[in-house]
Parts: sequence; C-alpha cells; structure tokens
Amino acid sequence: MSTNINPFLKQVSRTPHANFLNLKLVSAESTAVTLLMPYSDNIIGDPYNKVVHSGAITTLIDTACGAAIFQAQNNTQAMATLDLRVDYVSPAAAGKNIQAYADCYKLTSTIAFVRTTVFTDDINTPIATATATFMRSNKSFSIN
Amino acid sequence: MKLFETINELKSRHDYAGLVELIPYAKAISVETSMVGEQIVSTLNFQENNIGNPALPALHGGVVAGFMENAALFHLLWEVELNRVPKIIDFSIDYLRPGQTLTTYSHCDIIRLGSRVALCNIKAWQDDPDKPIALARAHFLLANNDPLK
Repeated sequence: MSTNINPFLKQVSRTPHANFLNLKLVSAESTAVTLLMPYSDNIIGDPYNKVVHSGAITTLIDTACGAAIFQAQNNTQAMATLDLRVDYVSPAAAGKNIQAYADCYKLTSTIAFVRTTVFTDDINTPIATATATFMRSNKSFSIN
Repeated sequence: MKLFETINELKSRHDYAGLVELIPYAKAISVETSMVGEQIVSTLNFQENNIGNPALPALHGGVVAGFMENAALFHLLWEVELNRVPKIIDFSIDYLRPGQTLTTYSHCDIIRLGSRVALCNIKAWQDDPDKPIALARAHFLLANNDPLK
C-alpha cells in the first residue's frame, strides 16, 4: 500500500532554518511523517561528549509537527504553534542521526493536535516524546 | 565531567561570553550573553537562517524554544552552585506572538531549586517586555541519575 506524499513536504525542509539543520523527509503516511536531522557540529550541546543539544531536537519536533499537519491537511495551508511539550527521556548517542515521527492524529476546523516520537535507531527506544497543538490558518504557507 | 570543569573555569574568570563559544548549538543559532547587574542574560541575535516562515517572515518556533532552553541552562549554570551540568528533563512552551526578524531577549526565574531537580520559567520578548513572544518552563535534573536508595 502506498501513501500519497504531499509534494509540498519537500519544500518544508527548504525553509531557512530547516535547511540550516539539513532536515530531510524520510517517509510519510496519511497523517504522519518522519523527518531526519543529520548529526552535525551545529547541533552539539556538549562538545566533549558530543551530545546533541535539546534545542535542536525541539526544532526537529516542531518542524516534523508542521510537516505532519501539511500531510494530514493535504494542502499548503499554514499553521502556528500554540504550545509544545517535550519530554527528553534519554540523551541521543553521539554521532547518530536523529529522526522524528510526528502524527497529526486530530484536525478540527481551527486546531491541529500532533504527537511526536524522537529516536536514533529504533522508535521503540525513544530519546524524546512530544505533544503539540497548532492553530490552523487559511493562508497558504509560501516558501519563496 | 570535562564540560562541567570547563564551565567552572569560565565562571571563575567571569567569562560569560566564553559559555557561548563552548556550546556549538548556542553559537550556531547566534546566542549572546551579557551581565545585567549580577545576572547572566541570554539574547538571540537575528540571523537569516533562524527563519522558519519566510513569507511573514518569522523566526522558527524551534529556534525560539532552543534559545529559551539554553537560556535556562546558562542561568542555572551561572547562578547556582552545582555538582554537575544540569540535564533537561522536560520543556513546555506557549507561543504568544510570531518571532519577528529582531533581537530576542530572555528572562529566567528559578521557581524551585531542590537538591535533585530545578524548575525554571523563561520569558522571551523582542521590542516590548510586556508583550512576550513566548513563555516556557523547564525541569532540570541536578543530581546523578543513580538508583533510589
């Protein structure tokens, strides 16, 4: 079974900060996406142990949530984060790429609800989990 | 432990700017530290690649969050006598206004300082401190993650 991937998702990782972190789309389902943040010097929080900074993980989560909403909506309508809560359940192993699986499990006319799981190798051993709500908009999200 | 020792060296020299140089992510998003009275204050300089929505344009919400998490960490490191680098447990943020392409300021309050856990509230604003762009709170683990006795 194949899922139609909203072609707009490719552009999400081209916004300036997503591009700076080199975020990549891995896969998409009907209401969910997986984004990857490659390990890089820019995202390190502890230079001795090479641990990734929690702030970069939060950014990956926020971006993955937005992408999941685009996928669930199947259009290019913009959204604004209302709130975001992250639990950092364990530190990411040094040198590993980080992935975020975000599922927009509920869309109302005005609000999008998204759950996210962040992991390196196995989604069943997460490094962070998050829940977020977004305000939906009828304005198109324009990249250029 | 090396990170903690290096931070303590910076503290003993009052080298608050050295903290940003030490943490690659803070440098990458263009954090700057200064002293206001006795307190360390983090600001986020605007740079093009911090933009999340080019149409508005607006800062990426993740960058604002990352900046505030880092501000809380710097605040704890500088203001509290610790035994190790605090580890973030959880972080919760409410976005109140879009982050414009301006300098972002922050203010941190330690709400509770226990022996094992600290709770820190963080406010971020741009042109008007009474109109914050985001409010956040974070728990940090201060103790070792040893089994409970």
